[in-house]
Amino acid sequence: MKNKLLLLGDEALALGAINAGLSGAYAYPGTPSTEILEYVQNNPVARLRKIHSHWSSNEKTAVEEALGMSFCGKRAIVSMKHVGLNVAADPFMNSAMTGANGGLLVISADDPSMHSSQNEQDSRFYANFAIIPALEPSNQQEAYDMAQYGFSLSERIGMPVMVRLVTRLSHSRAVVAADAEPAQENQFKYPENTAQWVLMPVNSRKRYNQLLDLREDMENEAETSPFNTLTPGTDRRLGILASGIAYNYIMECFPEGCPFPVLKISQYPLPRRKVAELVASCDAVLVAEEGQPFIEQAMRGILDNGPKIYGKLDGILPRAGELSPDSVAAGLCKLLPDLNLAVQVREPSTTVVARPPALCQGCGHRDVYAALNAALDDCASPKVFGDIGCYTLGWLSPFNAIDTCVDMGASITMAKGAADAGQRPAVAIIGDSTFTHSGMTGLLDAVNENSPITVIISDNLTTGMTGGQDSQGTGKLEEICLGLGVDPDHLMTIDSLPKNFEDMKKLFASEFAYEGLSVVIARRECIQTARRHAKAKKLS
Amino acid sequence: MKKDIILAGVGGQGILSIATIIGNAALRLNMYLKQAEVHGMSQRGGDVMSCLRISTDPIASDLIPKGKVDLIISLEPMEALRYIDQLAPDGHIITSTEPFVNIPTYPEMGTILQELESHGNCIMLPCENIAKEVASARASNMVLLGAATPMLGLTTDDIKQSIRAVFESKGEKIINDNLAAFNAGLAHQF
Repeated sequence: MKNKLLLLGDEALALGAINAGLSGAYAYPGTPSTEILEYVQNNPVARLRKIHSHWSSNEKTAVEEALGMSFCGKRAIVSMKHVGLNVAADPFMNSAMTGANGGLLVISADDPSMHSSQNEQDSRFYANFAIIPALEPSNQQEAYDMAQYGFSLSERIGMPVMVRLVTRLSHSRAVVAADAEPAQENQFKYPENTAQWVLMPVNSRKRYNQLLDLREDMENEAETSPFNTLTPGTDRRLGILASGIAYNYIMECFPEGCPFPVLKISQYPLPRRKVAELVASCDAVLVAEEGQPFIEQAMRGILDNGPKIYGKLDGILPRAGELSPDSVAAGLCKLLPDLNLAVQVREPSTTVVARPPALCQGCGHRDVYAALNAALDDCASPKVFGDIGCYTLGWLSPFNAIDTCVDMGASITMAKGAADAGQRPAVAIIGDSTFTHSGMTGLLDAVNENSPITVIISDNLTTGMTGGQDSQGTGKLEEICLGLGVDPDHLMTIDSLPKNFEDMKKLFASEFAYEGLSVVIARRECIQTARRHAKAKKLS
Repeated sequence: MKKDIILAGVGGQGILSIATIIGNAALRLNMYLKQAEVHGMSQRGGDVMSCLRISTDPIASDLIPKGKVDLIISLEPMEALRYIDQLAPDGHIITSTEPFVNIPTYPEMGTILQELESHGNCIMLPCENIAKEVASARASNMVLLGAATPMLGLTTDDIKQSIRAVFESKGEKIINDNLAAFNAGLAHQF
């Protein structure tokens, strides 16, 4: 019995995991992955079973927590955006060494075109780097099915499995046929091989050899995977290797069916025999993949003297940004002009102007930036080190208030480094959720050297940019700062309200003048969550 | 039957509710559907769009190829023009005429309306005004949906049933307000 549901790719994967006997979901919010954990939090079966779904402080803690659940034999998922995997890289890489006991899926959602990200790194390189198999669903149904499949694969070979999503699957809805009855959770059961979980050199050396042998099993799994399919074609001038959602764009070009042989790849490591079979069946191969040219590079090698390969490295397909049915059609036409895929297109409008995102009206970050800019007016060469969150929008007009934005937590540490170099004033601005994600350790560095920086924690009591998820430091920020050793005389709290403009400006200015570490917590609830809370209160 | 639709507007205007209602109807009618949205940074007052594809046959891509869009349904007139190069030669535009001005460089209204009209097959209506008359400003998106329904390839009854289903948990008053706004949009003859 199947239920038909309209689900985002993120939701389909989450439901697939719940129905496959999930016991714990772990995550830190990040676009486009946030809806995975949110779905588990709101799912009735997950609630009834008390499946773990609390947000973690960051992606590293999330992966380690999921690994602990896997250690106990239970099925776990951990989800994050692509750059979150950088934060979690240490446990991710080493989870290949420990292996998994209960099925473990590490879900990394890439954001090609950088809709809401700093870069477009491709998570498949991490899977390859760690020697971990990866699944790359091409549609919402596969995202659902791959949860059960991925858990089984993970338990069969005793390895974590990566699931790589991309924005256009994570945030696109389609009809999914889902099991009506969820499977039972795994029994509590410790790993059989205990030494493998203690990564001291004597164990690691042994395990690494085993991991290298396991790689062959992983490739054999990919050779026989139901998700890697080779479809023969009638036109042998070109073969197409299409992975993940790039497969859909190829198919969109040929509504009557693709005339060329197509190898669809949705499971890694790359199945070499299947790839060779495709190459043998045609004159040249076009590699269509979302993200960086991972498969294409592997197929070309550094000598690139094998069969003719086309793709992103030669500009047939665009190297930057996400693919589209248009860019794929254009690439095919470059290779085979007789395909005649061009359509009549209207000229773009010249009237339309850009409408960049902006901080909401009534957002406390606005008041912080207004006061900050006013306080810095008298400084000869101020620098403000920004961070990741809604307040990154402070770079845009009308505030033009920040000078850097690099990664979670880098505001405090870059301000410290700049102060070490002689920068005065060096101001860091960071949100509450980003502070507990990766700001606390940097603040300890600044405490230990009493660095002359001013850290503004713009506390909106939530994780705002991703839609208002619980923030792990809510109600604890002063205690955390004091616990880390911030001087109580230079730890200030103020409500970031328009009426406090003068007070906030004066407070900032006096702390900028202080030759030591100051922390100012400027607090006001996010206007979006405040509205939601008011509405919920009215209803109850 | 196959319709490729772009839903356009500004973050927070309510284009996703339109998608949810059409999606609900398509699911009930056992049709195929794909709907790509944008979340995250651009939702904060920036331009937002959603590709909505419904079909009686399987759909390959989540994104609609350029020049193949059957309908642009927009809650904001300049946002309707943003996707004009994606509209099929025989495609339709259904847009609200009320501008959402949150940028200093917003173009002349006259230029926008003239350009919209120049494309032909363009239905323009003051959704918020109409919504205020029959229900409340918040139901503007249902006025727009009403005006677009004759071109959706779904019946009026199917859409009405989905409005009921989607707003069911919000009580009879909200359902009726949304249905009134929908009917007003539907009755808007051009």
